[in-house]
Formats: sequence, C-alpha cells, structure tokens
Amino acid sequence: MKRWFKYVKPYAKYFILGPLLMIIEVLGEVVMPKLFANIINNGVANQNPGYVVTMGLLMIGMSVLMIVGGVGGCYFGAKASINFGADVRKDVYTKVQTFGFSNIDKFSTGSLVTRLTNDVTQIQNFTNMLLRMCLRTPGMLIGALYMAIRLNARLALVLAVIMPVMVIVMGFVLKISFPKFSKMQAMVDGLNTKVQENITNIRVVKSFVREDYEEERFRTANGNLKKAGMDAIGIIILMMPVMTLFMNLASLSVIWFGGKMVLVGTMPLGNLTAFITYIMQILSSLMMLSMIFMQLSRASASSKRLGEVLDEKVSLTDENAAHKDKLVEEGRIEFRNVGFRYYETSEKEVLIDINLTIEPGQTVGIIGSTGCGKTTLVSMIPRLYDVDRGEVLIDGINVKDYSLYNLREGVGMVLQKNVLFSGTIEKNLRWGNKNATEEEITQAAKNAQADDFIRSFSDGYQRMLDQGGTNVSGGQKQRLCIARALLKKPRILILDDSTSAVDTATEARIRQTFKGELKDSTKIIIAQRISSVKDADMIVVMDDGRITGVGTHDELLKSNEEYQEIYYSQMDKEEVTA
Amino acid sequence: MPPGPRGMDNRKPKNTKAVIARLFGYVGKFKGRMILALVCVVIHTVANLAGSYMLRPIINNYIIEGAGLEKLAGLGMGLMVLAGIYLVNVISTYLQSRLMVTVSQSSLEAIRNDLFVKTQKLPVRYFDANATGDLMSRFTNDVDNIGMMLVNSLVSLVQGSLQLLGTLAMMIYTNIWLTLITVVFVPLFIKSAGAIGNKSRKYYREQQKALGALNGYVEESVNGQKVVKVFNHEAECIEEFSALNADLRNKQVGAQFFGGIMGPIMGNMSKICYALTAMVGGVLCALGRFDVGGLTVFVNYSNQFSFPIMNLANQVTTIFSALAGAERVFEMMDQEPEHLKDNATEVMDDIQGHVELRHVNFGYVEGKTVLKDINVEAKPGQKIAFVGSTGAGKTTITNLLNRFYDIQEGEILIDGVEIKKYNGEDLRRHIAMVLQDTHLFTGTVKENIRFGRLDATDEEVEQAARTASAHSFIMRLDHGYDTQLEGDGANLSQGQRQLLNIARAAISKAPILVLDEATSSVDTRTERHIEHGMERLMKNRTTFVIAHRLSTVRNADLICVLEHGEIIERGTHEELLAMEGRYYELYTGKKELD
Repeated sequence: MKRWFKYVKPYAKYFILGPLLMIIEVLGEVVMPKLFANIINNGVANQNPGYVVTMGLLMIGMSVLMIVGGVGGCYFGAKASINFGADVRKDVYTKVQTFGFSNIDKFSTGSLVTRLTNDVTQIQNFTNMLLRMCLRTPGMLIGALYMAIRLNARLALVLAVIMPVMVIVMGFVLKISFPKFSKMQAMVDGLNTKVQENITNIRVVKSFVREDYEEERFRTANGNLKKAGMDAIGIIILMMPVMTLFMNLASLSVIWFGGKMVLVGTMPLGNLTAFITYIMQILSSLMMLSMIFMQLSRASASSKRLGEVLDEKVSLTDENAAHKDKLVEEGRIEFRNVGFRYYETSEKEVLIDINLTIEPGQTVGIIGSTGCGKTTLVSMIPRLYDVDRGEVLIDGINVKDYSLYNLREGVGMVLQKNVLFSGTIEKNLRWGNKNATEEEITQAAKNAQADDFIRSFSDGYQRMLDQGGTNVSGGQKQRLCIARALLKKPRILILDDSTSAVDTATEARIRQTFKGELKDSTKIIIAQRISSVKDADMIVVMDDGRITGVGTHDELLKSNEEYQEIYYSQMDKEEVTA
Repeated sequence: MPPGPRGMDNRKPKNTKAVIARLFGYVGKFKGRMILALVCVVIHTVANLAGSYMLRPIINNYIIEGAGLEKLAGLGMGLMVLAGIYLVNVISTYLQSRLMVTVSQSSLEAIRNDLFVKTQKLPVRYFDANATGDLMSRFTNDVDNIGMMLVNSLVSLVQGSLQLLGTLAMMIYTNIWLTLITVVFVPLFIKSAGAIGNKSRKYYREQQKALGALNGYVEESVNGQKVVKVFNHEAECIEEFSALNADLRNKQVGAQFFGGIMGPIMGNMSKICYALTAMVGGVLCALGRFDVGGLTVFVNYSNQFSFPIMNLANQVTTIFSALAGAERVFEMMDQEPEHLKDNATEVMDDIQGHVELRHVNFGYVEGKTVLKDINVEAKPGQKIAFVGSTGAGKTTITNLLNRFYDIQEGEILIDGVEIKKYNGEDLRRHIAMVLQDTHLFTGTVKENIRFGRLDATDEEVEQAARTASAHSFIMRLDHGYDTQLEGDGANLSQGQRQLLNIARAAISKAPILVLDEATSSVDTRTERHIEHGMERLMKNRTTFVIAHRLSTVRNADLICVLEHGEIIERGTHEELLAMEGRYYELYTGKKELD
C-alpha cells in the first residue's frame, strides 16, 4: 500500500477534496431524516406550519448542497483516480523500458502487457470507487449509528444484535462464493483458450476433419462453465434476499419496540420514523462495505502484480560503467573464459568456457545445431545478458564499462525473432537512425535487397505496416529488419539467422554488399546454411555450449567433424569437388 | 463500476428488431421459467410497495403517542402482516434471481455452442480474412455483453417500469395533491437521466477509443521490447506512450465524471422532491388535512421515485451494447458455411493415391491469379516437391488439394475422380498434412499426437513418435508422453514442435501426405538424423513436399520449380542441376554473384 502513496501526493488536493465533498452528501443523508422527524414531532404535533416550512426549506437547501457535494466529489474523485492511474501506468511502462532481457524473459511479454492494461485499470477503478465510498460508506455508517443512538439508545440495541449476525452471514456468503468465482473465472479462461486455439489451429482441425471432436470438447467445457457459473451465481444471489431479510427483521423489531415506547410516551413518533430510516442507512452501508471488500481483493491482486514489476531488480545497468563516454570505435571483440546460464537454478551452462577473438572488419560465421548457444553467444556482445563468468571486451574494454546507450549504438543486431511495428516502412527503418536522409534510407534498403519490393508497393516507403508487420511476407520482413540495422551504420553488425526466409541468391547479394559499404565493420553471421558462412574470414562451430572449432571453411572441412557433418547434411558429396 | 479496457461499446445495432427476435429465440426455450420469473417480479414489486404502505395504517392506528399499551395487540397483528409481506418479497426476489440465472446461463451456453459449432463449419477463407482477435472478441466480449443484458436488463425493465407505475399509483392513492409535486419532477428526472446518459456515452466512446489506442501501443511495444532495446529506442517509446497516456487521461476524466454523476444528481434531485413533499405534507398535517402515517409513507415513496428511473436509464447502455454484440455474433453465425458435400457423388474407398492437377488456375481474390496453369501428376507412392522463393505459390497448392480453397479453373483428380465429387470430409481424411506453422493444442503430448487418429493405441502413438524421431526428446520431458503442453506448446522448441506435428501426421493412415516446410526449424543435422523416419513416413504414400531448404527435396521423383505462380522447371534433382537453370541458381546460390 505504501508504494502507491507516492502517486497520490501530486494530486493530494483532489484526493482530499473528493471525499470531503462526498462528506457533505453523507451529512445531508444523515441529517435529513432528523429534520423530517422534527417536522412531525414539533411542526405537526404542535400544529405549527411556520416551523414546518422552515424545516422544509432547510431540507431543500440541504439537498442542493448535496448535489454540489455529490457532483464535486465525483469530479475530484475522477480526477484523482485517473491521474493516479495514468502515473502508475507511466511508471510501470518506464520501468519496463529499463528492463534487461532476462527481466523480460522472467515476466514474459504477454504478462507485462496484461499488467499494463488490465491491472492498471483494475486499481484505477478501485481508487475511484474507494474515493467515492471510503468516507461515504463509513461516514454514513457512523453518522447514522450516532444519530440512531442519540435518538434512542435503548432502541439501538436492536442493532447490537442484528449487525454482528449480518456481518457474519455476509462474510460467510462471501467466503463460500470467492473460490466458486475463481473457479468460474478459471473456466472462462480455459474456454477462451480453447476457442483461441481452435481458431488459430483451424487448418489442422479441418485437415484432420476433427470438427466434431472439437465441438464435443467445446460442449463439455462450455457445459462445465455453465455449471460453475450457476454454482457461483447461485450463492451470490442469496446475498440480496438474505440482506433484505435482515433489514426487514430490524425494522420490524424497531417498529415493535419503538412502537411500544411511543405508546407509553417515552419517544415521539417522528423519532421512530427517523430511526427506521437510520437503520436502513446503517445496514445498506454494511452491504456497501462488503462490496468494497470484494473489489479490494481483486484490486490487491492487481496491485501485487504491478508491485512485482516496479520492484523488479533491473538485471543489468550501466551505473558502474567506468568509461561512460567511450564509443565503440574499432569493433574488436574478445570473449575470455565466458560462462553463462539463463536461470540461476539451471544445472548446465548454456555457454561454457568461451574464448574467442574477432578482429575489426572481419566477417565471422557461427554455425551449429539448434540450441547449441549461438544466439546466446552473440547476445553477450551488446549486453543483452551479462556473463556469469569471464568477460566480454570490445576494443579492449569490458562491455560493462560502456554506457548501455553507446554500446548498443555501436552494435547493430538483427534478432532471430524480429519485430516490425505498425506505421510506415520509412518510420520502421528510421528506428536505425532517426535523422537519416532519404538517400541513406534508400541506400540501406538497397543494400538489404529491400528497395525493389518496397518500390513495388503503390505507396512505396510510405506503405503502412500492420502490427507485427503481418502484411509483408516473411522474407520481406527479414530484409526490412536488416535494412533497419544497416541504417544504424554500426561498427559491429550481428545477423542472427536473419535470412532464413530469404532465398539463397538474394541472401548472397545481401552478403555481397557487406563487402562494400560495411567493409570496416565487424560482421557476425549466425546461419543454418553452410552457404551463408562459407566465404567468412572465420567460422566458429558450436556444439552444446562450447566452441568446437574455429577456422576458415577449408580448414574446418578438413579438421572439424561437426562441420563436416553439417556440410554433408546440406550438400551432395559430388558437389564438394564442384 | 467504470468500464474495463475492452468493455462495452455503444454502437447502435443496425437491425434491432431482427436481433431482438433472434435473442428471444434463445430465451424463448425457457418460456415457462421466464413467465414464472416475471410473475415473481410482479409479486416482488407489489410486495415492496405494499410493505412501504403498511406503515401508514400501523402508524395511524396503533402507534399513537401516549395511547397506552392496549394498542399493542393491534400493533403486533399489523407487524405480523408486514412480516408476511416482507417474507413474500424476499422469497419472490430469490426465486426470480434463481429462475433468471438458469435462463441466462443456459441461453449463453446455447449461444456459445451455436457460435462454436458454426465456427467449425466456416471455410478457411473466412479465418484468413478475419483477424483472430476479432473473432475471439465475439466469443468473449460480445457474448459477455449479451449475458449482462440477459441477467439484468429483462428483469430490470419490467421491475423498473412496474415500480415506477406502482409507486405513482400508491402516491396518488395516498395523497393526490402531494403527488403533483413529484409529477412536476418526473420530466426533470427523465430529461436529466437522458442528458447525462447521452453525455456519458459520448465520453465513454472517446475513452474506449483512447484506451484501445494506448493498449494497442503497449501491446506492440512491449512485445517488441527486445528490438526496442537493441535499437536504443526506449526514450522514444516512453515519449510516444506518454502522449497516448495523456490523451487517455483527458478523455477518461470526462467519461468517469459523467458516468459517475448520474447517481448523485438523480439521487439528490429526488431528495429535493422529498424535502418539498415533506414540507408541503407537513404543513397539510399541521393544518389537519393529512395524516402522519400517510406522510411518512408518502415521503418514502417520493424518496424512492428516482431509483427506477435511474435503473432504466442505466439499462439503456447495457441493452445497446448487448444488441450490438448480438448482432456481431449473429453476423458470424450467418456466414456462408463450407459446401463440402454438395456434389458428393463418389465414395472414397480404397484410395491408391493417384493425384493429378490439370490446368489449375487459382487466385485468392478475383482477378489476381496466384497459380497459373498448373499441371502435375503424382502416381501412387511418388514424392513430388515444390520449390521456389517465398510468395511463388507453393503453399497455395496444398490449400487446394484438400479444398481449403476451391479452384476457379481446371481440375484436381484423385484416383481419376475430381475432388469436388467426393465428400469433402472424406477427402481431408485421406490427406495428412504437416503445416508450415506448427500448431499444437493445450493437452498432453499423447493427446496431441492422437489428434491425427483418435482411436490410436498408446503403442501406436509411440510408434508414430519414433517415426518422427520425437520419441527421445519426449522421453526426456518431465512426464514423457503425459507432459502437458501449454499455450501452443510454448514450452517446446520450434524444432520439437515440428517433430510433434510430423508424429501427428504419421499416426493417421491417410494415403496422401503433404509436408509444407515440415522441418524448416529442425537443424540440418537433426534433419539428417530423422531422414530414415521420414522415409518410413512417406513409404507407400503419395507425398507432396514443400521446402525452402533444397537438400530435403533431392530424392523426390519430381521437383517443380515455381515462380510467380507458374511451374518454370520440372524434373529430378539431377536433371534440374544439369539444366543449370533457376533450380541450379537456387541450389548453389552462386550464379547471381558471378
């Protein structure tokens, strides 16, 4: 709870004004029945119309004030909660921006998105409700209780009996219904997953003619959901009648006991009617409180989930960097005894004893089977992850001593799982360099073999890409991603299996441009195909987290068993000689 | 409660009448229950009004200041009657909720079932043309909105109107002159409720739009977070996010404000009415023209008068979004289904697997041909490969074989019979597919493999896994074949998922096999290791292979090179290499460099 106070502070006046104005409404609600009682007790009983009118006008004035209070409270409440929510959302988002890759892996992007959308809305709504209810409900409860006791303390004993029973019953109903509702929610989620899967897998379903099977399974899940729903709602619909029953019981006893008092003359009639109103106010406040508790449990789950993000220790920072102003200039890369694992709990390292030196301007190929650690290895260069053992040096300086900004400015990386964003192609390419001239953009696209197809679109570079770039083909997407990285003119360029959907000839042309414009940059290419790395100055063969061979194509073909195996799996033997 | 991120929207449905009629079709099945529930609502409302009214005779006759305790017996009797009324009220409230819960939950179940069943009958084209998220929102948001209406609105409408009329009647009965005060307030109530409702709907729409934009941005940028980092783009992202966040902030204040003031304004306006009534009534009482019991009852009525109006005004929003949701749900239900059996004249029996494409022309949209004059013949047991660059039309061919899409010109024959003459479901049962995108289902590994043939024994499942070289990695999973796969097999590597896909196809006994980039994510060494399995899989089946990696198609009986939807070269691997044409270029990747 304490953490949220920081977000309340800038809007403290709204947070105070909102509930304060609400109090006006509550005061009105509590005083009104008393004024009405006065009309009956003094005005009517003494046949004094003048007194009645005075009281009446007071009540009307009160109501007008109550409108002001209600509307004002609503306004400031909305302002307070919305500003609060917006600031929280912004902070969570900003925090996510500082996350390292391992932080992101830990939460998964999907869960981060839900936290930023759903959970923020959840606590925002709760704050809004709280501001409207937090003084109102207890205020009403206390105010009405006070008035009731003042009117007739003995009659108020009825409440002493009914209130605890009501609270217990309410708590009981809530307690039973909570797990039932969570069960229902889980079933809703399950059913949604089922539908989502069915829709995304529709080709599989249809090609195996499993429509009936899927229907059967859906019907079962749907039927179960209905049962769970009936079960949960079945309890909660008890709430209303049971509470009404209690209120009725209370008013019956009040009329009975109070009536007796009126009959013997120990209480004026007007007080009895006022008392009944107060009883209603008290009991309905109790119901409100139960609703607040229900909301609270939902909001606290969200608050916890947001807290987790805000409290997450950022996995890597450049706070202790010794050379913050240093830029990547040459592009010499050196791995010294590097060891790495993704999770502290993992038994096996993903990278084991990596020692490797790459000279500026070299083209280096990395090859090896899936899961052998190629991607992990190159991720150490722009410090996407930090090594557990050993060190990675660029131009002789530990990557941890660069500022993250300068380091990543110097390293261009095309990720295996690459993403384009909604917006024009030009806007996407400008990610590489937002101040690039038109010529530079075209040149980068040309080098990535993307210019031709971009121009084939009717709107060329202004073509709008859908979210995730789904309206271009896989190969086109990869080439756009390469162009984006090229525009950065990085000292070190890393391509992580980034041409898998590009045909061999086009890929060869892309590699050809590396020899021209990017002559001085260090280039690291991870590939599945031997043909992609064959011409490299140096090829690194990896297996199971270790480097098993370093050399040129011809050297490795002679000496490295792994390399030979990969080679022969891709080429016919007769072609080796060709 | 304020709306969630993707809550209701307030678009008015286009054809309200038809939509309502159709919804009634669903709840109509529970006519008996509905009528009973409505009876309960009437009883409940009447009991409510009567309960309030009973105070008048009780106060007037039995609670007279200083009248002494002899009135007590009468008071007791009066309270007994009141208790009876209360009891009726409570029981009818409960019964009504109980009945409506059954009606609404059962109707929702039926709507969801119908929608899902319909979904299964829609052609692949429909799924290609509509975003998954959009289809999903019909199952979730739209059905939820319908649910909200079924649960609340029907009862609220009846109850609200009844209560309004009943209260008015009771007020007239109690004191016609005092009623006039309230009647003057009625148009004011209705006007304000309407005005506030309209205003809040307008702001609410804007808020939803801003929220959608913001959430979309969050989704996109957080999903692409790793790219953001690699490009040092964090500051820009925060800036763009902040702009959207500020916009939402402005829109939200309006929406929440107008959404929230309905209660205080209406409630307190009715307080004014209450005060006015109390004053005038008090004066009347003081002048002896009215009784105290009557006044007590009357002010209670006038105090409650705005509740039903508020309730009805709130229902407008719920009903509109429910009808708009229902319209989208029904629109999906009304889509033209696949016509797979219309021309089924031939029975698929003992299929050999002879497949022939003759002069096939096809385009996804009219006038845009994707495949031009495709002619291919596959004899039973042969392996036919399609190669070519992305977008050349390779995958499209597989879409046609099993009639995901129907061809516009030419014919496709299986064992000499045009495929349209078979029952489409039978046709698909005879073709096993391993698709480019690996799709698995939540469930165990075993269940996923068994999807290929539901009656397969555990031994057969294992056999299929061995064929696909998946057995060894499955055994290394925590619970072997009983390991649960989460969300599309996210806990497996891409390559492992592909192997499971292959196992799923291997278990089916279909005589025709289509492999569309089936091993693209399996590295070449592993691929080499599973070669034997693949050979076993393809044995005695006519196989169509689509591959990016040319090494996987070398031993095909026929390789077709596709470019721009046409077959430009065909032959065996050796023949094509000897031609030194496009295939040669693709294979060596050298030509263009020279």
